[in-house]
Amino acid sequence: MNLGALKRLGFRGRTLVASVPYLWLVLFFLIPFVIVLKISFSDAQIAMPPYKPLFEWIGDKMVHIKLNFGNYAFLIEDNLYWKAYLNSIYVAGVSTLLCLLIGYPMAYAIARSSTSTRNVLLLLVILPFWTSFLLRVYAWIGLLKNNGLINNALMAIGVIDQPIQMLQTDFAVYVGIVYSYLPFMILPLYANLEKMDLTLLEAAADLGSRPWEAFLKVTLPLSLPGVIAGCLLVFIPAVGEFVIPALLGDPGMLMIGKVLWTEFFNNRDWPVASAVAIALLLFLVIPIMFFQRAQDAESGGGLHR
Amino acid sequence: MSGGRPWFRILSLVLGFAFLYIPIVSLVVFSFNESRLVTVWGGFSTKWYGALAANQQILNAAWLSLKVASITATAAVVLGTLTGMALARFGPFRGRTMLSGLATAPLVMPEVITGLSLLLLFVTMEQLIGWPAGRGMTTIIIAHITFTMAYVTVIVQSRLAQFDESLEEAAQDLGARPAKVFFLVTLPIISPALLSGWLLAFTLSLDDLVVASFVAGPGSSTLPMVVFSKVRLGVSPDINALATILIAVVAIGVAIAGFVMARQQKIRDRDAQMALAANQQMIESMKKG
Amino acid sequence: MATSPRDTQLKFEPWNEPGAQPYVQIDRVSKKFGDFVAVDDVSLNIYKKEIFCLLGASGCGKTTLLRMMAGFERPTSGRIFIDGVDMSTLPPYERPVNMMFQSYALFPHMTVEQNVAFGLKQDRIARAEIAKRVADMLELVKLGQFAKRKPHQLSGGQRQRVALARALVKKPKLLLLDEPLAALDKKLREHTQFELINIQETLGVTFIVVTHDQEEAMTLSSRIGVMNHGEIVQVGTPTDIYEYPNSRFVAEFIGSVNMFEGKLVEDEPSYVRIEADDLERPIYVDHGVSSAPGATVWAAIRPEKVLMSREQPAGADNWTRATVQDIAYMGDLSVYLLRLPSGRIVRLTQPNVYRHADERITWDEQVFLHWDPTSPVVVTK
Repeated sequence: MNLGALKRLGFRGRTLVASVPYLWLVLFFLIPFVIVLKISFSDAQIAMPPYKPLFEWIGDKMVHIKLNFGNYAFLIEDNLYWKAYLNSIYVAGVSTLLCLLIGYPMAYAIARSSTSTRNVLLLLVILPFWTSFLLRVYAWIGLLKNNGLINNALMAIGVIDQPIQMLQTDFAVYVGIVYSYLPFMILPLYANLEKMDLTLLEAAADLGSRPWEAFLKVTLPLSLPGVIAGCLLVFIPAVGEFVIPALLGDPGMLMIGKVLWTEFFNNRDWPVASAVAIALLLFLVIPIMFFQRAQDAESGGGLHR
Repeated sequence: MSGGRPWFRILSLVLGFAFLYIPIVSLVVFSFNESRLVTVWGGFSTKWYGALAANQQILNAAWLSLKVASITATAAVVLGTLTGMALARFGPFRGRTMLSGLATAPLVMPEVITGLSLLLLFVTMEQLIGWPAGRGMTTIIIAHITFTMAYVTVIVQSRLAQFDESLEEAAQDLGARPAKVFFLVTLPIISPALLSGWLLAFTLSLDDLVVASFVAGPGSSTLPMVVFSKVRLGVSPDINALATILIAVVAIGVAIAGFVMARQQKIRDRDAQMALAANQQMIESMKKG
Repeated sequence: MATSPRDTQLKFEPWNEPGAQPYVQIDRVSKKFGDFVAVDDVSLNIYKKEIFCLLGASGCGKTTLLRMMAGFERPTSGRIFIDGVDMSTLPPYERPVNMMFQSYALFPHMTVEQNVAFGLKQDRIARAEIAKRVADMLELVKLGQFAKRKPHQLSGGQRQRVALARALVKKPKLLLLDEPLAALDKKLREHTQFELINIQETLGVTFIVVTHDQEEAMTLSSRIGVMNHGEIVQVGTPTDIYEYPNSRFVAEFIGSVNMFEGKLVEDEPSYVRIEADDLERPIYVDHGVSSAPGATVWAAIRPEKVLMSREQPAGADNWTRATVQDIAYMGDLSVYLLRLPSGRIVRLTQPNVYRHADERITWDEQVFLHWDPTSPVVVTK
């Protein structure tokens, strides 16, 4: 057996395994972003596709490149856009915090329960996650409307006489985001808390720490990686969230996901939509890299020998 | 597993789960409502299920979504497993960081960005090479595979990280080449992870609204797209019926999963007993010399 | 049937036969991980049918060396020959070598039978023959009745046998064992040690064992290679290593030892005299030492070779006064810790020949310690 050929075969096998997904992702994930970037420099036109080409061959060897920075200028000048960005970040941030406040105690409680209960509770947490996101947001419409379940219940027991406006408010959006993303907060938190060595808390107690102190000084710091993972898993997609503001929020509410959708579907302005997307991406690059750093560390890195 | 205040933990669990489940329960309850006003009870009726069954648009969309989801899930598992293997087992190689980044970015990428970018890709590709010709099931499938494989990658990668590598080394030591090692040893052992990856990819694909809206074409509306256009206009009890069916399916699935896990635990306990007994036997036979 | 292990050990010395060809040749092998040198220029010759032990503390490089022989690591430099063939570029699945892993690495989704048959299946051997060989091997390791069980239905000791059977069924030229007895409890360990030797003799396979447990090394091996910081410090039979250590490290690593530092005052071909600070009298050793007079040397005396008496010994050397400080009664023997006038503590072990305690020397007694001139081993490094 030719040793050289053998070595090459092993090497080739590995290259094949890694390159199939690699090529797929480069083609269907990376290149699209390049195209978005390219189109963000283009002009809208009424045609199919609704944007003008960037390159034009003039004569034999000359290429005319038109880069329209106007789209980006538009983003900066028109209040709508940067207000939408800031609002989205604000809403996502507040939602993440709320998710944390609700999700942490739940994750903690599950982690501290007995093994059999734990499995049942986890299944219960995961079950909503497996049912349709869209339908669960829809459920809140029925709950939050003026003659919806909550208002009817409150009026029936006499707490209020007039229905409270809950649907089509910012409040509804918060509820929607927190509700939909809660499992994404609970699961990484739980994974982290479950691994925690309980004897550390016993040692803290033995050394004179009260339960609350032990929590603040031992549990909380150790659970930080889980907290970070959960927060990023909620925050980053929430910034660009579209469905929840569209269904539950005020039509005038400025969220960047809605803006992008409207530019694209209603205004048919692909270049501006692209510019919005690029601007959003630029903002999110840093949190995304942060997330990936945390992912790599949690999944054991995989770099060895 | 004690200490601290149990009442706080119990309270947070009760409130939390109430929060999670009240909307779901309300969906189910009002699917049986006689009245069209979804939140005013008019009596028990199953007429909305009938309306659902007669709604051709919804049925077509459901069928399309199921097809797309099945194909997506299968392809995503294949691609995700390849990626997971590469990231977990191949050590540092040129392009690893890039692969890792590309593979996990879809996990957090806002769907509007993914959807827009893929559509622009398809349009450009159509201009350049004529494929994909128009948007439809193919483009939806490609788009779905791209973002669901990220989830499978994470699942596979973390499963492999926990996997005892000496099993793979032992297989190699006994004469199996790397490909055989994967199919004979690694794959059977990680198959539960692959199954959950398949189910996850399936669900994500079935549920996706935003990306599908961008990359679908005329005539290829997925179920979420149909549902969304309906509920934008207001509540609709046949949607509640649809939701209830879905919830029932998921609940049954989760219950089955629960039973399977409990049974597996019982088997594990029984095996441990067996091992203990075997140990006793061994010690006895040793004493006899 | 087979000769007793002791007979075999007495007669089995291929390393001493002139013209004997080593079966495994490790030729100046080194392994670096970045800046860290795990294995440092190791050369070893191992002969057919030996049980060779690599003994050392964790981190000394023994496992890395073993893995290089199996093919899971590539040497940074040097070569490894097995039966004359250079293994350097061969992947593990091409080598005539099999390994028994410390964690056993049994395939959890396969039965015992399937586990053992795995390697044979890779060689495309006929089904009937596979079945026969598997059955024979399971008989040999006494697991015949457990063939259809899965690994987690077996005890630790049984899993170990499955791992052994699986590795041996392919009749490899070399079997590598990574801490084979580490996971077993004490009683089982002793029993398994002898079983392992019997199986090895029956099959005639060459074993290379890696362990940190001296007892294990001493019981199992035909020869031991002591490793420290990636280097082989001494190679020899268990007797060689124990009674003739070549350095302080080896003397202190194996068993317990009383080490006396001193100066070589008389250096003759047939004897030496050493003056040690801790001892009142010089040490007289009945053999020569390759060192210069006045050099600093160490005399190592094993605890079982130190003798106690209530009467002053005759002669000018090899004895000292001492006071009994501590006694540890172990049942079969007692360990005495005695303080010398210099303050130094000496360790002494002695079988409890007398059942009744009255005869025995007790705490705070003043005694004389003495030893035979053949007992001390002089090491110069």
